[in-house]
Amino acid sequence: MPELGRACLLLALGVCIYGIGASLYGVRRGRPDFALSGRRSVYALAGILTVAFAVLELAFLRSDFSFNTVADTSSVTTPTFYKAAAVWSSQEGSLLLWAWLLSLWSSLVLFLTRRRLREESAYATAILLGFAGFFDCLMIFYATPFATTNPAPAEGVGLDPLLRHPSMMIHPPMLYSGYTLCIVPLAFGMGALLARKVDAEWIRATRRFALAAWLFLGVGIMLGARWSYSELGWGGYWGWDAVENASLMPWLTGTAFLHSLMIQEKRGMLKVWNVSLVLATGTLAIMGTFLVRSGILSSIHAFGGATLGVPFVTLIGVLIAASIYLVYTRREMLASEHRLDSLLSRESIFLANNVVLVGLCFVIFWGTYFPLISEALTGHSASVGPPWFDRYTVPLALILVLLSGIGPVIAWRRATVANARRNFLAPLGCGLVVLAALLIAGISTGKPLAIAMFCCAAFVLGSVGQEYWRGARLRRASSGEAPPLALFALVRRNRRRYGGYIVHIGMAVLFVGVAASSSFQHASELSLSPGQSTKVGAYTVRYVRPTGTITSKEDAAHTGATMSLGAVLDVSKNGKHVATLTPSEGFYDSGEPAQGSVGHLIGGQAVSHVSMDGGITRDVWSAIAPDISTPRLLRVMSIANKTIPLVRPDEGMIALAVLVREYLKAPPPAQFHLIVSPLVLWIWIGGLIVIGGALIAAWPAPSAIRRRVRVGLRSPEDRRDRAPASPERGLARV
Amino acid sequence: MAALLTLVLLAAVIAVVASPLLRRRSPAAPAAESVDRAELQSAREAKYREIRDAELDYRTGKLSREDYEAVDSSLRAEALSILDGLEALEERKPPARLS
Repeated sequence: MPELGRACLLLALGVCIYGIGASLYGVRRGRPDFALSGRRSVYALAGILTVAFAVLELAFLRSDFSFNTVADTSSVTTPTFYKAAAVWSSQEGSLLLWAWLLSLWSSLVLFLTRRRLREESAYATAILLGFAGFFDCLMIFYATPFATTNPAPAEGVGLDPLLRHPSMMIHPPMLYSGYTLCIVPLAFGMGALLARKVDAEWIRATRRFALAAWLFLGVGIMLGARWSYSELGWGGYWGWDAVENASLMPWLTGTAFLHSLMIQEKRGMLKVWNVSLVLATGTLAIMGTFLVRSGILSSIHAFGGATLGVPFVTLIGVLIAASIYLVYTRREMLASEHRLDSLLSRESIFLANNVVLVGLCFVIFWGTYFPLISEALTGHSASVGPPWFDRYTVPLALILVLLSGIGPVIAWRRATVANARRNFLAPLGCGLVVLAALLIAGISTGKPLAIAMFCCAAFVLGSVGQEYWRGARLRRASSGEAPPLALFALVRRNRRRYGGYIVHIGMAVLFVGVAASSSFQHASELSLSPGQSTKVGAYTVRYVRPTGTITSKEDAAHTGATMSLGAVLDVSKNGKHVATLTPSEGFYDSGEPAQGSVGHLIGGQAVSHVSMDGGITRDVWSAIAPDISTPRLLRVMSIANKTIPLVRPDEGMIALAVLVREYLKAPPPAQFHLIVSPLVLWIWIGGLIVIGGALIAAWPAPSAIRRRVRVGLRSPEDRRDRAPASPERGLARV
Repeated sequence: MAALLTLVLLAAVIAVVASPLLRRRSPAAPAAESVDRAELQSAREAKYREIRDAELDYRTGKLSREDYEAVDSSLRAEALSILDGLEALEERKPPARLS
């Protein structure tokens, strides 16, 4: 059904153009019927793109190789699970996913704000449809997912082996949801500027979407890190790759916005800053999408040979110019309504946090785009590596973690020195206890930054723990509930506050994992023969025996490798067995007959299958690169290529079985990459805590709590003399 | 088959998009007052949350009593002005028609 898919794209473009016109006409001429029709265009667009996406997904599931994108990224032998995920492994399919998700999120936000923000949402509708129209044009004119070949090939190329990982099913949709959700606050921010209504209302209406963008981007980043750690053979979870950085930058500015929006909500301050952060976050999301598709920077995550640079650069140029123009021309109405009451206030801490987050973003931006900048200035493309990033980001991350512990114990507007002193005692005590413990344990030498991170994290845990303890105690005093119930009720009634604190705990835990695993890691890359051992940190790793399997279809791990060669490794500590690891490397069919009738069966990409023993204190990680280029194995391959015809793949598999048998009979030394990293698991645990906290913060407060305050404010004495309430009256029970 | 599905889709899109323009009046489009009310209600909820936050800050020892009273007083004044705005809107609302 490629015709239906192509018709959907054309129809979607028509709907976008109409919707933009109707929304703008409606808001400029005071015609709500046209504005409503414009909003309905977004709903219709979501429906059309759902049909288009279903057409493509069905083509993948049915292995319809008349679709070029199916033939290029799937095959009959690709497991169904990966066929479903292969839709977004291609440039064309991922563009469709982007546009589809944008239409869904746009529909949701416009539906939820249908009774608010009349003018702002009409402008936002036009902007959202503009973005959708842009991506639709890319699919019509540059990279159509519905291009076909006739006659269709009998078999497809198959999914890139590196992408055959469970997180592929969810990592791109999460990341794209994050990117597309970043566009929602941008559209409403621009809508507020165009409508000249820059109070906190547009922020309140889109806050949950900004939080959702932040959450989805965060989940996408975490899944990408996990994929990198468990699938790629280099043993790391973050390599400061251009595409990784591209997703981190909008997440950082989004984090800054989620903090500073509270200052505008509460105090009417930082309007220019907030709208600039929203515009920057949206623009960075588009730049991240551009980086993956333009082909200007090399990355393992990018689509190779992509040629969408010019349209994206044009879009980014328009976005930046429009943002600057709107903020500049509306600068007077963006003036703050209040000033900072005190430097010792939560507003000040949030401001500091914003400066650090934007500083981090700037450092990463500079490092990511440095190859382009240097090429433009000197004619030579030079890049910066992880040490450069670490030099600047580690101190900034330390300050950030420290601030995330200070914020919760400082009051809004003003805090007295006496209160601050009392509130900082317990958190400082936690930090000092950890420092003393590390000094006593003797693990503080040579790693001052890691030690500082551990102490800062302890400070955060102390500060947030104290907040929970005090809140639960108050709750117990007023309700007489048991401690767990009081704690639960406290969080339930103050979700934004205590959900946010949980996020702070998660980030502190995550940074402890990062600091420990990067500073106290033991790694070894060496060649071992069966029976040989090596020491990695406190562990002894022995190469017990080689392993080898062949499979004509799917292997047990659903990786689709034609041949897998690996090793059984015995890991012990002080003579005691700890774990058995089985790393392997999968060899894939290249589909290139020139490599020989048997050679092509294993001539494709070789992909490392990592094996590790994870635990709460440390991970023992292993990868293997077996050597199949020994004269004996090459001779077996050469004879097989000469004697077996290309049209007899079954005989080719028998030849591979002989090759594996020869390898197992006299295994050559294999190259191993072995790593012992402490506390890696805590990175993922920290990420899960962050997700949990963000979900709590995003969940709407129960209406009963809102009613209780309303009743208090509507009491006769409030209405009569507007006297300040007595603190003891307890209008808002904890 | 594809042509038929395309036509069905096109008809559905036209029905969804054009229906607000075909009505004699647009009841689904929010009136200015209704939008103002929704915005004031949202501002009221935000102000209530601030009042609760300030009280929680005081009760957990982050605000002194004097500072809390000053902050709470100003927040309540702001909340009351929002409530006044809402009440003014309610008074302007035409009486419900008797059926």
